[in-house]
Amino acid sequence: MLIKKPDDLRSSEITPESLYYDRREFLRAAGLLGIAAATLGHVEPANAATQDGQQLKDELTPFEDVTTYNNFYEFGTDKSDPAENSKGFKTKPWTVAVEGLVSKPATYSLEDFIKPSKLEERVYRHRCVEAWSMVIPWLGFPMSDLINRVQPLSSAKFIEFQTLNDPQRMPGQRSPVLAWPYTEGLRLDEAMHPLALFAVGLYGKMLLPQNGAPLRTVIPWKYGFKATKSIVRIRFTDKQPRTAWNQATPNEYGFYANVNPEVDHPRWSQAKERRIGEFRKRPTLMLNGYADQVGRLYQGLDLRKNY
Amino acid sequence: MASWSPPRWLRPVIFVACLIPAAWVIVAIASDFFQGTRLLGSNPIKEAEHFTGRWVLRFLMFALAVTPIRQMLGWNWLQRYRRMLGLFAFAYASLHLSIYFFLDLELAWGDLAADIVKRPYITIGMAAFVMLVPLAVTSTAKMVKRLGGKRWAALHRLIYVIVVLGTIHFWMAVKRDITDPLIFAAIFAFLLGYRVVKWRRRTLAAAARDQAVPPAPSRATA
Repeated sequence: MLIKKPDDLRSSEITPESLYYDRREFLRAAGLLGIAAATLGHVEPANAATQDGQQLKDELTPFEDVTTYNNFYEFGTDKSDPAENSKGFKTKPWTVAVEGLVSKPATYSLEDFIKPSKLEERVYRHRCVEAWSMVIPWLGFPMSDLINRVQPLSSAKFIEFQTLNDPQRMPGQRSPVLAWPYTEGLRLDEAMHPLALFAVGLYGKMLLPQNGAPLRTVIPWKYGFKATKSIVRIRFTDKQPRTAWNQATPNEYGFYANVNPEVDHPRWSQAKERRIGEFRKRPTLMLNGYADQVGRLYQGLDLRKNY
Repeated sequence: MASWSPPRWLRPVIFVACLIPAAWVIVAIASDFFQGTRLLGSNPIKEAEHFTGRWVLRFLMFALAVTPIRQMLGWNWLQRYRRMLGLFAFAYASLHLSIYFFLDLELAWGDLAADIVKRPYITIGMAAFVMLVPLAVTSTAKMVKRLGGKRWAALHRLIYVIVVLGTIHFWMAVKRDITDPLIFAAIFAFLLGYRVVKWRRRTLAAAARDQAVPPAPSRATA
Protein backbone atom coordinates (compact mmCIF):
# COMPACT_ATOMS: atom_id res chain seq x y z
CA MET A 1 0.00 0.00 0.00
CA LEU A 2 1.23 3.42 -0.88
CA ILE A 3 -1.20 5.22 1.37
CA LYS A 4 0.66 6.87 4.21
CA LYS A 5 -0.82 6.57 7.61
CA PRO A 6 -0.72 9.86 9.52
CA ASP A 7 1.78 8.26 11.85
CA ASP A 8 4.24 7.89 8.98
CA LEU A 9 4.40 11.62 8.48
CA ARG A 10 7.68 12.84 9.76
CA SER A 11 7.23 15.86 11.96
CA SER A 12 9.86 17.68 9.92
CA GLU A 13 7.37 17.69 7.04
CA ILE A 14 4.87 19.75 8.95
CA THR A 15 6.96 21.93 11.21
CA PRO A 16 9.69 24.32 10.15
CA GLU A 17 13.03 22.60 10.16
CA SER A 18 14.59 24.97 12.63
CA LEU A 19 11.86 24.22 15.12
CA TYR A 20 12.33 20.55 14.53
CA TYR A 21 16.01 20.67 15.36
CA ASP A 22 15.30 22.81 18.40
CA ARG A 23 12.99 20.12 19.56
CA ARG A 24 15.63 17.44 19.11
CA GLU A 25 17.93 19.58 21.16
CA PHE A 26 15.28 20.01 23.78
CA LEU A 27 14.70 16.31 24.04
CA ARG A 28 18.40 15.66 24.37
CA ALA A 29 18.71 18.36 26.99
CA ALA A 30 15.87 16.84 28.90
CA GLY A 31 17.48 13.44 28.61
CA LEU A 32 14.41 12.09 26.91
CA LEU A 33 15.59 11.58 23.38
CA GLY A 34 15.60 7.81 23.57
CA ILE A 35 11.94 7.48 24.37
CA ALA A 36 10.43 10.37 22.58
CA ALA A 37 12.27 10.67 19.31
CA ALA A 38 10.08 8.13 17.56
CA THR A 39 7.29 10.46 16.50
CA LEU A 40 6.03 13.80 17.54
CA GLY A 41 2.36 14.28 16.84
CA HIS A 42 1.23 17.67 15.69
CA VAL A 43 -2.28 18.99 16.19
CA GLU A 44 -3.54 22.28 14.81
CA PRO A 45 -6.38 24.18 16.47
CA ALA A 46 -9.77 23.37 15.03
CA ASN A 47 -12.73 25.68 14.40
CA ALA A 48 -11.21 29.08 13.78
CA ALA A 49 -13.29 32.13 14.64
CA THR A 50 -15.18 34.03 11.97
CA GLN A 51 -15.97 37.71 11.86
CA ASP A 52 -17.97 39.56 9.21
CA GLY A 53 -18.12 36.28 7.29
CA GLN A 54 -14.34 36.03 7.23
CA GLN A 55 -12.40 33.17 8.69
CA LEU A 56 -9.97 34.49 11.29
CA LYS A 57 -6.69 32.66 11.29
CA ASP A 58 -5.04 31.29 14.39
CA GLU A 59 -1.45 32.29 13.92
CA LEU A 60 1.15 31.37 16.50
CA THR A 61 1.67 34.09 19.09
CA PRO A 62 5.33 35.20 19.01
CA PHE A 63 7.63 33.42 21.46
CA GLU A 64 8.51 36.76 23.05
CA ASP A 65 4.89 37.46 24.01
CA VAL A 66 4.33 33.91 25.23
CA THR A 67 7.35 34.20 27.52
CA THR A 68 6.99 37.79 28.79
CA TYR A 69 3.23 38.33 29.24
CA ASN A 70 2.32 35.91 31.99
CA ASN A 71 0.06 35.46 34.96
CA PHE A 72 2.06 33.43 37.45
CA TYR A 73 1.51 35.11 40.82
CA GLU A 74 4.16 32.93 42.48
CA PHE A 75 6.63 35.27 40.75
CA GLY A 76 4.69 38.53 41.12
CA THR A 77 1.39 40.02 40.01
CA ASP A 78 2.45 42.16 37.04
CA LYS A 79 2.47 40.48 33.65
CA SER A 80 6.21 41.12 33.28
CA ASP A 81 7.08 39.92 36.81
CA PRO A 82 7.24 36.16 36.15
CA ALA A 83 9.86 36.49 33.40
CA GLU A 84 11.95 38.81 35.58
CA ASN A 85 11.57 37.18 38.98
CA SER A 86 11.95 33.58 37.85
CA LYS A 87 15.42 34.01 36.43
CA GLY A 88 17.60 31.29 37.92
CA PHE A 89 14.64 29.26 39.14
CA LYS A 90 16.00 25.72 39.39
CA THR A 91 13.92 22.82 38.15
CA LYS A 92 16.51 20.12 38.68
CA PRO A 93 16.05 17.98 40.64
CA TRP A 94 12.24 17.88 40.51
CA THR A 95 9.82 15.33 41.86
CA VAL A 96 6.12 14.83 41.40
CA ALA A 97 4.07 13.03 44.04
CA VAL A 98 1.02 11.05 42.94
CA GLU A 99 -1.30 10.49 45.90
CA GLY A 100 -4.80 9.77 47.09
CA LEU A 101 -7.31 7.35 45.65
CA VAL A 102 -4.93 5.60 43.30
CA SER A 103 -3.59 2.07 42.94
CA LYS A 104 0.01 3.09 42.43
CA PRO A 105 0.82 6.09 44.58
CA ALA A 106 4.45 7.11 44.15
CA THR A 107 6.87 9.98 44.03
CA TYR A 108 8.46 10.25 40.62
CA SER A 109 11.52 12.03 39.44
CA LEU A 110 10.46 14.31 36.59
CA GLU A 111 12.19 12.07 34.07
CA ASP A 112 10.36 8.97 35.25
CA PHE A 113 7.12 10.92 35.16
CA ILE A 114 7.57 11.88 31.51
CA LYS A 115 9.54 8.95 30.12
CA PRO A 116 6.80 6.40 29.44
CA SER A 117 4.83 8.90 27.34
CA LYS A 118 5.32 9.99 23.76
CA LEU A 119 5.75 13.75 23.51
CA GLU A 120 3.56 15.54 20.99
CA GLU A 121 3.35 19.04 19.69
CA ARG A 122 -0.11 20.54 20.13
CA VAL A 123 -1.02 23.97 18.87
CA TYR A 124 -3.76 25.27 21.15
CA ARG A 125 -5.64 28.50 21.63
CA HIS A 126 -5.06 29.88 25.14
CA ARG A 127 -7.81 32.12 26.51
CA CYS A 128 -7.17 34.08 29.71
CA VAL A 129 -10.12 34.95 31.93
CA GLU A 130 -8.97 38.58 31.51
CA ALA A 131 -10.20 38.51 27.88
CA TRP A 132 -6.89 38.19 26.06
CA SER A 133 -5.69 35.15 24.17
CA MET A 134 -2.71 33.53 22.47
CA VAL A 135 -1.95 30.55 20.24
CA ILE A 136 0.80 28.38 21.66
CA PRO A 137 2.61 25.31 20.30
CA TRP A 138 2.89 23.13 23.37
CA LEU A 139 5.03 20.08 23.78
CA GLY A 140 3.57 17.47 26.08
CA PHE A 141 1.52 14.34 26.49
CA PRO A 142 -2.12 13.58 27.28
CA MET A 143 -3.05 13.60 30.94
CA SER A 144 -4.87 10.34 30.30
CA ASP A 145 -1.50 8.64 29.71
CA LEU A 146 -0.44 9.31 33.27
CA ILE A 147 -3.86 8.58 34.72
CA ASN A 148 -3.99 5.19 33.01
CA ARG A 149 -0.51 4.43 34.24
CA VAL A 150 -1.20 5.11 37.92
CA GLN A 151 -4.71 3.58 37.89
CA PRO A 152 -7.09 5.65 40.02
CA LEU A 153 -9.51 3.72 42.24
CA SER A 154 -13.13 3.60 41.16
CA SER A 155 -13.94 5.95 44.05
CA ALA A 156 -11.75 8.70 42.53
CA LYS A 157 -13.89 11.37 40.89
CA PHE A 158 -11.55 14.34 40.77
CA ILE A 159 -7.90 15.08 40.16
CA GLU A 160 -6.11 17.85 42.02
CA PHE A 161 -2.86 19.58 41.02
CA GLN A 162 -0.54 21.56 43.24
CA THR A 163 2.21 24.02 42.46
CA LEU A 164 5.49 24.06 44.36
CA ASN A 165 5.22 25.96 47.65
CA ASP A 166 8.58 27.56 48.33
CA PRO A 167 8.62 31.29 49.13
CA GLN A 168 12.43 31.22 49.02
CA ARG A 169 12.36 30.39 45.33
CA MET A 170 8.97 31.87 44.48
CA PRO A 171 9.03 35.40 45.89
CA GLY A 172 5.37 36.05 45.09
CA GLN A 173 4.43 33.50 47.73
CA ARG A 174 5.81 35.79 50.44
CA SER A 175 2.63 37.83 50.24
CA PRO A 176 -0.78 36.25 50.73
CA VAL A 177 -2.28 37.29 47.38
CA LEU A 178 -3.68 33.78 46.98
CA ALA A 179 -3.86 30.75 49.26
CA TRP A 180 -0.56 28.98 48.59
CA PRO A 181 0.19 26.46 47.30
CA TYR A 182 -1.79 27.16 44.12
CA THR A 183 -4.29 24.32 43.83
CA GLU A 184 -6.42 23.45 40.84
CA GLY A 185 -8.50 20.49 39.84
CA LEU A 186 -10.62 18.79 37.23
CA ARG A 187 -13.33 16.22 37.15
CA LEU A 188 -11.65 12.92 36.31
CA ASP A 189 -13.58 12.61 33.02
CA GLU A 190 -12.36 16.09 32.02
CA ALA A 191 -8.78 15.11 32.77
CA MET A 192 -9.19 11.93 30.72
CA HIS A 193 -10.18 13.93 27.63
CA PRO A 194 -7.52 13.59 24.93
CA LEU A 195 -7.14 17.38 24.60
CA ALA A 196 -6.03 17.77 28.25
CA LEU A 197 -2.24 17.81 28.46
CA PHE A 198 0.74 17.74 30.70
CA ALA A 199 3.14 20.14 29.00
CA VAL A 200 6.92 20.15 29.42
CA GLY A 201 7.79 22.53 26.61
CA LEU A 202 6.61 25.10 24.10
CA TYR A 203 7.96 26.25 20.75
CA GLY A 204 10.06 23.08 20.73
CA LYS A 205 12.01 24.18 23.80
CA MET A 206 11.81 23.20 27.43
CA LEU A 207 9.34 25.29 29.40
CA LEU A 208 10.78 28.47 30.85
CA PRO A 209 10.01 29.07 34.53
CA GLN A 210 7.54 31.87 33.72
CA ASN A 211 5.46 29.37 31.73
CA GLY A 212 5.37 26.82 34.54
CA ALA A 213 8.57 24.82 34.22
CA PRO A 214 9.20 21.98 34.42
CA LEU A 215 5.67 20.59 34.30
CA ARG A 216 2.28 22.20 33.86
CA THR A 217 -1.22 21.34 32.77
CA VAL A 218 -2.89 22.71 29.62
CA ILE A 219 -6.67 22.49 29.35
CA PRO A 220 -7.38 24.47 26.17
CA TRP A 221 -11.15 24.80 26.54
CA LYS A 222 -10.85 26.39 29.99
CA TYR A 223 -9.60 29.79 31.11
CA GLY A 224 -5.87 29.93 31.70
CA PHE A 225 -6.09 30.00 35.48
CA LYS A 226 -7.37 26.40 35.45
CA ALA A 227 -3.87 25.36 34.46
CA THR A 228 -1.41 24.54 37.23
CA LYS A 229 2.24 25.45 36.79
CA SER A 230 5.41 23.96 38.30
CA ILE A 231 3.47 20.94 39.54
CA VAL A 232 4.82 18.92 42.47
CA ARG A 233 1.70 17.03 43.61
CA ILE A 234 -1.18 15.26 41.93
CA ARG A 235 -3.95 13.87 44.08
CA PHE A 236 -6.97 11.74 43.21
CA THR A 237 -10.01 12.46 45.38
CA ASP A 238 -13.72 11.83 45.68
CA LYS A 239 -14.44 15.46 46.58
CA GLN A 240 -14.32 18.51 44.34
CA PRO A 241 -10.97 20.18 45.11
CA ARG A 242 -10.91 23.66 46.60
CA THR A 243 -9.25 25.72 43.92
CA ALA A 244 -7.11 28.84 44.38
CA TRP A 245 -9.11 31.52 42.55
CA ASN A 246 -12.41 30.07 43.63
CA GLN A 247 -11.33 30.43 47.26
CA ALA A 248 -10.13 33.98 46.65
CA THR A 249 -13.21 35.34 44.83
CA PRO A 250 -15.95 32.69 44.58
CA ASN A 251 -18.45 34.91 42.75
CA GLU A 252 -15.93 35.61 39.98
CA TYR A 253 -14.13 32.30 39.52
CA GLY A 254 -15.91 28.97 39.57
CA PHE A 255 -14.63 25.40 39.57
CA TYR A 256 -15.38 24.78 35.89
CA ALA A 257 -13.99 27.97 34.33
CA ASN A 258 -14.99 26.83 30.86
CA VAL A 259 -14.43 29.47 28.18
CA ASN A 260 -17.91 30.74 27.48
CA PRO A 261 -18.75 33.92 25.55
CA GLU A 262 -22.27 33.90 26.98
CA VAL A 263 -21.35 33.93 30.65
CA ASP A 264 -19.72 37.20 31.67
CA HIS A 265 -17.22 37.74 34.40
CA PRO A 266 -18.95 40.06 36.91
CA ARG A 267 -16.55 42.85 35.97
CA TRP A 268 -16.23 42.38 32.22
CA SER A 269 -17.78 40.74 29.20
CA GLN A 270 -16.35 37.45 27.93
CA ALA A 271 -17.97 37.78 24.49
CA LYS A 272 -14.81 39.06 22.81
CA GLU A 273 -11.12 38.73 23.31
CA ARG A 274 -7.93 40.50 22.35
CA ARG A 275 -5.58 38.11 20.60
CA ILE A 276 -2.12 39.27 21.65
CA GLY A 277 -0.54 41.04 18.70
CA GLU A 278 -3.82 41.94 17.02
CA PHE A 279 -5.32 45.42 16.92
CA ARG A 280 -8.96 44.39 16.63
CA LYS A 281 -10.79 42.17 19.08
CA ARG A 282 -12.18 38.86 17.92
CA PRO A 283 -15.23 36.95 19.10
CA THR A 284 -14.66 34.37 21.81
CA LEU A 285 -15.74 30.86 20.82
CA MET A 286 -17.80 28.51 22.94
CA LEU A 287 -15.41 26.29 24.90
CA ASN A 288 -12.63 28.24 23.17
CA GLY A 289 -13.49 26.60 19.84
CA TYR A 290 -13.24 23.05 21.17
CA ALA A 291 -16.99 22.56 21.70
CA ASP A 292 -17.19 19.75 19.13
CA GLN A 293 -14.59 17.78 21.03
CA VAL A 294 -15.45 18.51 24.67
CA GLY A 295 -19.07 19.69 24.61
CA ARG A 296 -20.39 16.26 25.60
CA LEU A 297 -18.61 16.55 28.96
CA TYR A 298 -21.09 19.24 29.96
CA GLN A 299 -24.37 17.91 28.64
CA GLY A 300 -27.14 18.68 31.09
CA LEU A 301 -24.91 20.97 33.14
CA ASP A 302 -26.12 24.56 33.67
CA LEU A 303 -23.04 26.48 32.55
CA ARG A 304 -24.39 29.72 33.98
CA LYS A 305 -24.48 28.27 37.48
CA ASN A 306 -21.40 26.14 36.98
CA TYR A 307 -19.17 28.91 35.64
CA MET B 1 9.81 83.63 50.65
CA ALA B 2 6.10 84.23 50.34
CA SER B 3 6.74 87.10 48.00
CA TRP B 4 8.93 85.02 45.68
CA SER B 5 7.46 84.95 42.25
CA PRO B 6 8.33 82.22 39.77
CA PRO B 7 9.97 83.05 36.44
CA ARG B 8 7.72 83.40 33.43
CA TRP B 9 9.14 80.32 31.71
CA LEU B 10 8.01 78.03 34.51
CA ARG B 11 4.42 77.85 33.29
CA PRO B 12 5.20 76.61 29.77
CA VAL B 13 7.77 74.21 31.21
CA ILE B 14 5.19 72.67 33.55
CA PHE B 15 2.67 72.58 30.73
CA VAL B 16 4.98 70.67 28.41
CA ALA B 17 6.07 68.34 31.21
CA CYS B 18 2.42 67.47 31.87
CA LEU B 19 1.95 66.62 28.20
CA ILE B 20 4.84 64.17 28.06
CA PRO B 21 3.03 61.06 29.39
CA ALA B 22 0.10 61.61 27.02
CA ALA B 23 2.36 62.18 24.03
CA TRP B 24 4.38 59.13 24.92
CA VAL B 25 1.41 56.79 25.25
CA ILE B 26 -0.14 57.95 21.97
CA VAL B 27 3.13 57.51 20.08
CA ALA B 28 3.71 54.16 21.79
CA ILE B 29 0.30 52.74 20.81
CA ALA B 30 0.80 53.81 17.20
CA SER B 31 4.34 52.50 17.09
CA ASP B 32 3.41 49.16 18.68
CA PHE B 33 0.66 48.50 16.20
CA PHE B 34 2.12 50.01 13.05
CA GLN B 35 5.85 49.51 13.56
CA GLY B 36 5.72 46.30 15.56
CA THR B 37 7.62 47.75 18.52
CA ARG B 38 6.89 46.57 22.06
CA LEU B 39 6.91 49.89 23.92
CA LEU B 40 3.73 49.00 25.81
CA GLY B 41 4.41 45.27 26.01
CA SER B 42 2.25 42.47 24.67
CA ASN B 43 -1.16 44.05 25.26
CA PRO B 44 -0.71 47.74 24.36
CA ILE B 45 -4.33 48.85 24.68
CA LYS B 46 -4.77 47.42 28.18
CA GLU B 47 -1.44 48.89 29.19
CA ALA B 48 -2.44 52.31 27.78
CA GLU B 49 -5.67 52.20 29.79
CA HIS B 50 -3.82 51.46 33.00
CA PHE B 51 -1.12 54.02 32.22
CA THR B 52 -3.53 56.89 31.56
CA GLY B 53 -5.75 55.90 34.49
CA ARG B 54 -2.85 56.21 36.88
CA TRP B 55 -2.01 59.62 35.46
CA VAL B 56 -5.54 60.86 36.13
CA LEU B 57 -5.09 59.95 39.80
CA ARG B 58 -1.64 61.54 39.86
CA PHE B 59 -2.90 64.84 38.46
CA LEU B 60 -5.79 64.85 40.94
CA MET B 61 -3.18 64.27 43.62
CA PHE B 62 -1.00 67.18 42.36
CA ALA B 63 -3.98 69.53 42.21
CA LEU B 64 -5.11 68.59 45.70
CA ALA B 65 -1.59 68.88 47.09
CA VAL B 66 -1.28 72.55 46.13
CA THR B 67 -3.24 73.95 49.08
CA PRO B 68 -1.58 71.86 51.83
CA ILE B 69 1.91 72.54 50.47
CA ARG B 70 1.16 76.23 50.11
CA GLN B 71 -0.06 76.47 53.68
CA MET B 72 2.58 74.29 55.26
CA LEU B 73 5.60 75.68 53.40
CA GLY B 74 4.29 79.09 52.54
CA TRP B 75 4.76 78.51 48.80
CA ASN B 76 1.91 80.73 47.75
CA TRP B 77 3.17 80.91 44.17
CA LEU B 78 2.10 77.28 43.64
CA GLN B 79 -1.50 78.47 43.64
CA ARG B 80 -1.22 79.85 40.12
CA TYR B 81 -0.65 76.37 38.65
CA ARG B 82 -3.52 74.64 40.41
CA ARG B 83 -6.07 75.19 37.67
CA MET B 84 -3.68 73.84 35.05
CA LEU B 85 -3.09 70.68 37.11
CA GLY B 86 -6.83 70.15 37.57
CA LEU B 87 -7.41 70.60 33.86
CA PHE B 88 -4.71 68.05 33.09
CA ALA B 89 -6.53 65.58 35.35
CA PHE B 90 -9.58 66.17 33.16
CA ALA B 91 -7.54 65.85 29.96
CA TYR B 92 -6.02 62.54 31.06
CA ALA B 93 -9.45 61.29 32.14
CA SER B 94 -10.70 62.12 28.63
CA LEU B 95 -7.78 60.26 27.09
CA HIS B 96 -8.35 57.30 29.41
CA LEU B 97 -12.02 57.17 28.44
CA SER B 98 -11.21 57.60 24.73
CA ILE B 99 -8.78 54.66 24.74
CA TYR B 100 -11.39 52.57 26.53
CA PHE B 101 -14.20 53.52 24.15
CA PHE B 102 -12.43 53.77 20.79
CA LEU B 103 -9.73 51.13 21.10
CA ASP B 104 -10.98 48.71 23.75
CA LEU B 105 -14.72 48.73 23.06
CA GLU B 106 -14.19 49.64 19.39
CA LEU B 107 -17.06 52.15 19.45
CA ALA B 108 -19.64 49.58 20.48
CA TRP B 109 -22.30 51.77 22.12
CA GLY B 110 -24.21 48.72 23.29
CA ASP B 111 -21.16 47.36 25.06
CA LEU B 112 -20.56 50.76 26.64
CA ALA B 113 -24.13 50.91 27.94
CA ALA B 114 -23.89 47.33 29.23
CA ASP B 115 -20.59 48.07 30.96
CA ILE B 116 -21.96 51.19 32.66
CA VAL B 117 -25.08 49.41 33.86
CA LYS B 118 -23.61 46.04 34.76
CA ARG B 119 -20.10 46.71 36.02
CA PRO B 120 -19.99 48.79 39.20
CA TYR B 121 -16.36 49.83 38.71
CA ILE B 122 -17.21 51.24 35.29
CA THR B 123 -20.33 52.93 36.68
CA ILE B 124 -18.22 54.56 39.37
CA GLY B 125 -15.44 55.59 37.00
CA MET B 126 -17.95 57.07 34.59
CA ALA B 127 -19.68 58.97 37.42
CA ALA B 128 -16.32 60.44 38.43
CA PHE B 129 -15.69 61.54 34.84
CA VAL B 130 -19.14 63.10 34.50
CA MET B 131 -18.51 65.10 37.68
CA LEU B 132 -15.19 66.34 36.31
CA VAL B 133 -16.93 67.94 33.34
CA PRO B 134 -18.65 70.84 35.17
CA LEU B 135 -15.43 71.53 37.05
CA ALA B 136 -13.48 71.79 33.79
CA VAL B 137 -16.20 73.95 32.22
CA THR B 138 -16.24 76.38 35.17
CA SER B 139 -12.48 76.62 35.45
CA THR B 140 -12.16 79.95 33.62
CA ALA B 141 -11.88 83.27 35.44
CA LYS B 142 -15.06 84.38 33.68
CA MET B 143 -17.01 81.45 35.09
CA VAL B 144 -15.68 82.06 38.59
CA LYS B 145 -17.00 85.59 38.35
CA ARG B 146 -20.31 84.49 36.94
CA LEU B 147 -20.89 81.92 39.64
CA GLY B 148 -19.55 84.04 42.46
CA GLY B 149 -16.65 82.85 44.58
CA LYS B 150 -18.74 81.06 47.19
CA ARG B 151 -20.88 79.08 44.77
CA TRP B 152 -17.83 78.32 42.64
CA ALA B 153 -15.96 76.98 45.66
CA ALA B 154 -18.96 74.91 46.71
CA LEU B 155 -19.21 73.37 43.24
CA HIS B 156 -15.51 72.62 43.11
CA ARG B 157 -15.70 70.70 46.38
CA LEU B 158 -17.00 67.96 44.06
CA ILE B 159 -13.34 67.15 43.55
CA TYR B 160 -13.31 65.42 46.94
CA VAL B 161 -16.08 63.09 45.79
CA ILE B 162 -14.28 62.56 42.48
CA VAL B 163 -11.01 61.41 44.03
CA VAL B 164 -12.85 59.00 46.31
CA LEU B 165 -14.75 57.55 43.34
CA GLY B 166 -11.59 57.44 41.22
CA THR B 167 -9.72 55.51 43.88
CA ILE B 168 -12.61 53.08 44.34
CA HIS B 169 -12.72 52.62 40.55
CA PHE B 170 -9.03 51.71 40.51
CA TRP B 171 -9.37 49.48 43.57
CA MET B 172 -12.25 47.53 42.04
CA ALA B 173 -10.54 47.21 38.68
CA VAL B 174 -7.47 45.37 39.96
CA LYS B 175 -7.79 41.64 40.08
CA ARG B 176 -6.14 40.74 43.33
CA ASP B 177 -3.05 42.77 44.22
CA ILE B 178 -4.31 46.00 45.80
CA THR B 179 -0.90 47.51 46.61
CA ASP B 180 -1.13 50.36 44.09
CA PRO B 181 -4.72 51.42 44.86
CA LEU B 182 -3.78 51.35 48.55
CA ILE B 183 -0.90 53.76 47.95
CA PHE B 184 -3.21 56.21 46.15
CA ALA B 185 -5.84 55.76 48.87
CA ALA B 186 -3.29 56.60 51.56
CA ILE B 187 -2.14 59.76 49.77
CA PHE B 188 -5.71 60.94 49.17
CA ALA B 189 -6.62 60.13 52.77
CA PHE B 190 -3.84 62.47 53.85
CA LEU B 191 -4.83 65.24 51.41
CA LEU B 192 -8.50 65.06 52.36
CA GLY B 193 -7.76 64.50 56.06
CA TYR B 194 -5.64 67.65 56.10
CA ARG B 195 -8.68 69.61 54.95
CA VAL B 196 -10.98 67.98 57.48
CA VAL B 197 -8.59 68.87 60.32
CA LYS B 198 -8.29 72.45 59.05
CA TRP B 199 -12.04 72.76 58.76
CA ARG B 200 -12.57 71.34 62.26
CA ARG B 201 -10.08 73.81 63.71
CA ARG B 202 -11.74 76.69 61.89
CA THR B 203 -15.23 75.79 63.08
CA LEU B 204 -14.03 75.20 66.63
CA ALA B 205 -12.23 78.56 66.64
CA ALA B 206 -15.31 80.25 65.22
CA ALA B 207 -17.51 78.64 67.87
CA ALA B 208 -15.12 79.75 70.60
CA ARG B 209 -15.14 83.29 69.21
CA ASP B 210 -18.94 83.34 69.11
CA GLN B 211 -19.12 82.24 72.69
CA ALA B 212 -16.52 84.71 73.75
CA VAL B 213 -18.33 87.75 72.33
CA PRO B 214 -21.24 88.20 74.76
CA PRO B 215 -19.74 87.34 78.15
CA ALA B 216 -22.43 85.39 79.93
CA PRO B 217 -22.84 86.70 83.47
CA SER B 218 -23.80 83.29 84.83
CA ARG B 219 -20.50 81.85 83.60
CA ALA B 220 -18.51 84.78 84.90
CA THR B 221 -19.72 84.20 88.39
CA ALA B 222 -19.28 80.44 88.23
